[in-house]
Amino acid sequence: MTGSLLSPGLILIIGAVMVPLLRGNLRSAYMLALPIAAFWHLLGLPYGEFGHLQVFGMELTTLRVDRLSTVFGYIFLIAAFLGLLYALHVKDTLQHVAALVYAGSAVGAVFAGDLITLFVYWEGTAIASVFLIWASRTERAFAAGMRYLVVQVGSGVLLLAGVALLYRDTGSIAFGQMGLVSLATWLIFLAFGIKCAFPFLHNWLQDSYPEATVSGTVILSAFTTKLAVYALARGFAGTEILVPIGAAMTAFPIFYAVIENDLRRVLAYSLNNQLGFMVVGIGIGTEMAVNGAVAHAFSHIIYKALLFMSMGAVLFRVGTIKGSELGGLYKSMPWTAGFCIVGAASISAFPLFSGFISKALIISAAMDNGYFWTWLVLLFASAGVFHHSGIKIPYFAFFAHDSGKRCAEAPANMLLAMAISAALCIGIGVYPHTLYSLLPFKVDFIPYTVEHVVTQLQLLFFSALAFTVLMRTGLYPPELRSVNLDFDWFYRRAGYDVAVAVGRGLQRLWDGFADLIGHAARGVVREVYRHHGPGGALARTWPTGEMAFWTTVLLAAYLLLSYLAF
Amino acid sequence: MSTDHHPDAHATPGERRYWLDDMRNVDKLVYGLYAICAVLLLIDIFVPKHGPFAIEHWFGFYGIYGFVACVALVLAARALRVILIRPEDYYDR
Repeated sequence: MTGSLLSPGLILIIGAVMVPLLRGNLRSAYMLALPIAAFWHLLGLPYGEFGHLQVFGMELTTLRVDRLSTVFGYIFLIAAFLGLLYALHVKDTLQHVAALVYAGSAVGAVFAGDLITLFVYWEGTAIASVFLIWASRTERAFAAGMRYLVVQVGSGVLLLAGVALLYRDTGSIAFGQMGLVSLATWLIFLAFGIKCAFPFLHNWLQDSYPEATVSGTVILSAFTTKLAVYALARGFAGTEILVPIGAAMTAFPIFYAVIENDLRRVLAYSLNNQLGFMVVGIGIGTEMAVNGAVAHAFSHIIYKALLFMSMGAVLFRVGTIKGSELGGLYKSMPWTAGFCIVGAASISAFPLFSGFISKALIISAAMDNGYFWTWLVLLFASAGVFHHSGIKIPYFAFFAHDSGKRCAEAPANMLLAMAISAALCIGIGVYPHTLYSLLPFKVDFIPYTVEHVVTQLQLLFFSALAFTVLMRTGLYPPELRSVNLDFDWFYRRAGYDVAVAVGRGLQRLWDGFADLIGHAARGVVREVYRHHGPGGALARTWPTGEMAFWTTVLLAAYLLLSYLAF
Repeated sequence: MSTDHHPDAHATPGERRYWLDDMRNVDKLVYGLYAICAVLLLIDIFVPKHGPFAIEHWFGFYGIYGFVACVALVLAARALRVILIRPEDYYDR
């Protein structure tokens, strides 16, 4: 492997080693320079497969540069830069190193040309990222991080099992289009599905992201799930089952988002909903649909990070992110409020914002290919996402009922990170062809037609009208201090109760069994002792008693086992 | 931070009064929204639609669908909450 053909991800991972040795501004400058250097390196890479390594007779391809991997490489490095800039004020070496290794692993995974290399980086993202959750240093965060780690590593184990079976079946570990053709590819599909937060495999996301640190959640939001989107686009484009899976993902998290009180958890639900659009695009599988999925991942990473940044800034300044405690913060944090609204407009796909030009590709692809019901669900989810992310987030944090809370505006580095993200959201929305030119396939689509713009505005403004009417009539459910049960109940509560009950049962069984054995053994020993013991008729000259008996038993058992063994 | 004795006040004495603190201005915004919705609904006649689904060509489909979807979403979520809601420390006990 020549130096110039190094995976861009390794620049971040190896670079992270130096971070603990640096202090103050030097460390800040160094950390920001790493994603820039990796980006520069990526710009100079030619298309092709490089970095071949021989391991156990298998040839690994550690660097595959093509249009699909390059566009994900760009956005991951942009996200790494923005996330690190947002986290500069944090004086926590652990978080800085974890963020760099995590981002580097995600970039490395995107450029992996084979499934073993993918697996190594896949687990790298799992292990590095959990430290961003644990860095909150609370008991809740520790428990949530543990659950997160079990799920993430579990995904890696499934991936490895699938790869092993695939290698046995086909003798190949190439990472290309697979489709659901064998148990091996099903396992790999499931591994991707866990990381992509498919329905019923999704709860790790809403459980853990809101427990991470202020900057940790911003960084987490960018990589893991979009790495899974990349992997699905690479391996399972056109897999029909992804269409209903994706449609379900767009729809059902929004019900939770409406009633959730923790605003960062609301964003986690809407993240899940946005992933659904990408999964539908991959499932449809036409060039336009896959382009849509990739474009949407690109826009989404930026606006979702921006939304998490604005809510993180509120949490950082006010100390809570519960909708029931907030309100009126636009007076204290006008810039943060403004940037949040840009993020909200982008996720809602308002014309001239990034979400509009990327989501339009997916929805148009669904229409062109005759997915009527899917199209209806996507429209419902589009209205819903505007409702809970576009309106609810800025409304309850910055407007609504004035909570009387007054605080300082966010720190300068946070504001700068939000400003750049907001500029990118608008830039992509206004100049869509810059993003379109990076997509894997040629784009032949004009987002700004009268039809697209007017119908989208109708959908959005009437959703806003619904919100207003529900608010003014008091029908809108108020923000309440609460948690809402989701699928994680099955393992956090039911599973826990079952485990405790089973544990108690086993304990009781064991106690009973031990009593029985002890009783029987004592009986036998007593009998034997009576005959063979010092006072026993049969052993008056053999006082070793019980000891000898047990030695005999052991020898007999040993003999028996030896027979069984051979 | 002079809000200690007025935790719920819309504008603390001595603090700058914002445009949105006046409820009449909030009303103006709401009327503005009604007006925009009315215009968007009316111009629907003039918008050429090329989609393959018949329903899309119905008058005002997108607006009505968006409105109904959101009301249904919120009412369903309200009902769902009755079943799903638990105290904040539910998982910590």
